[in-house]
Amino acid sequence: MTLPAPRGSLSERVFAALPTGRTAGLADAPPPQDANDAHVTLWALYELHYRGFAGVADELEWDPELIRVRRGLERDLEEDLRGRAPAFPDGEDFAAEFFAFVADHDGPSLAAHIQRSATHEQVREFLRHKSIYHLKEADHTSWVVPRVSDRVKAAVVELQYDEYGGGDPNRLHAQLFARGLAASGLSAEYGAYIDEAPVEILEQNNVMSLFGLNRRLRGASIGFLAAFEATSSGPSRRMAGGLERLGFPAELVGYYTEHVEADAVHEQLAVRTICGALLEEEPHLREDVFFGGWASLHLDDRYAERMLAAWA
Amino acid sequence: MADHADEPPAHPDVVLCPNGPILLRGDHVVLDEDGVEHRTWRPVSAVCRCGTSAIKPWCDGNHKAVQRAQRR
Repeated sequence: MTLPAPRGSLSERVFAALPTGRTAGLADAPPPQDANDAHVTLWALYELHYRGFAGVADELEWDPELIRVRRGLERDLEEDLRGRAPAFPDGEDFAAEFFAFVADHDGPSLAAHIQRSATHEQVREFLRHKSIYHLKEADHTSWVVPRVSDRVKAAVVELQYDEYGGGDPNRLHAQLFARGLAASGLSAEYGAYIDEAPVEILEQNNVMSLFGLNRRLRGASIGFLAAFEATSSGPSRRMAGGLERLGFPAELVGYYTEHVEADAVHEQLAVRTICGALLEEEPHLREDVFFGGWASLHLDDRYAERMLAAWA
Repeated sequence: MADHADEPPAHPDVVLCPNGPILLRGDHVVLDEDGVEHRTWRPVSAVCRCGTSAIKPWCDGNHKAVQRAQRR
């Protein structure tokens, strides 16, 4: 993947420094111009920890100046997100309360729009946006594995093993999406559509990496996972219906029908086995588990609101 | 750390989820209501218990919609 296009003065400075490796000058880099500038910069800095960029040295992953810029953007993002979060339930039965918290969350549904009335071109736009995450689906949760106890680790890997196709590269979820994109005449190249990703998509991806790459946020990371899984089966069924209505190829429909079935398993594992075990061992992380869960729902709402307004 | 607690952590083959499906770990053959056999192929599978799944014998999460409608 090549570097994304800059979206403001900070990303211009950082993206100019990356190919040369001359990062010392970033000590006096300007603050981000706006949310787009902040999120595209942070997204690219996180990407150094995933697959990196053509023409950018691998060593820059741990460059102190880049980490300093990243830390500043992360602090702003976390502060902003925590400022938007509501109060969370505080009771005895975590699984029942978490499922109820997710069920009571009433957000706009892109899947319902796609099922009933979206146009072919709207769905193609949606797929290009979603490709930013789905082509590295589940990777952000893998960061959590070495940061938790044996028992929680085994629970996370039991779920992740299914995400990664049970060891079969042909069934790996990211690969299923790649084949669905290619069959639909879209690029399956990792990060191909980053320049048209709206800020809400960048934010969603950045929050997943923020939670995954910071050990202190391990509760938020698995809470995000749990809410993500708990809001997937039903919408995936509606997505599959919409794609069939519009005549999209079977490979892409199959990606969503796979998620109807898989995520009905994963939501139980994530809420009961993973979060349940973590909270038995580290009950003080309960607030963060809910925070991560809320963030997943909230960021999904923001993207849905943007697209439903754009398509209205 | 709770890693090495005295009691080994539970890891049952069959889990009845409260208000949810039955989880099956490992390889099983499930005989559905019409006498058709379905072999599991995931590390963990979820079998519908509420009877409203559209992909029976597997769970599709629809029990949540049913419970939500009942609460209203």
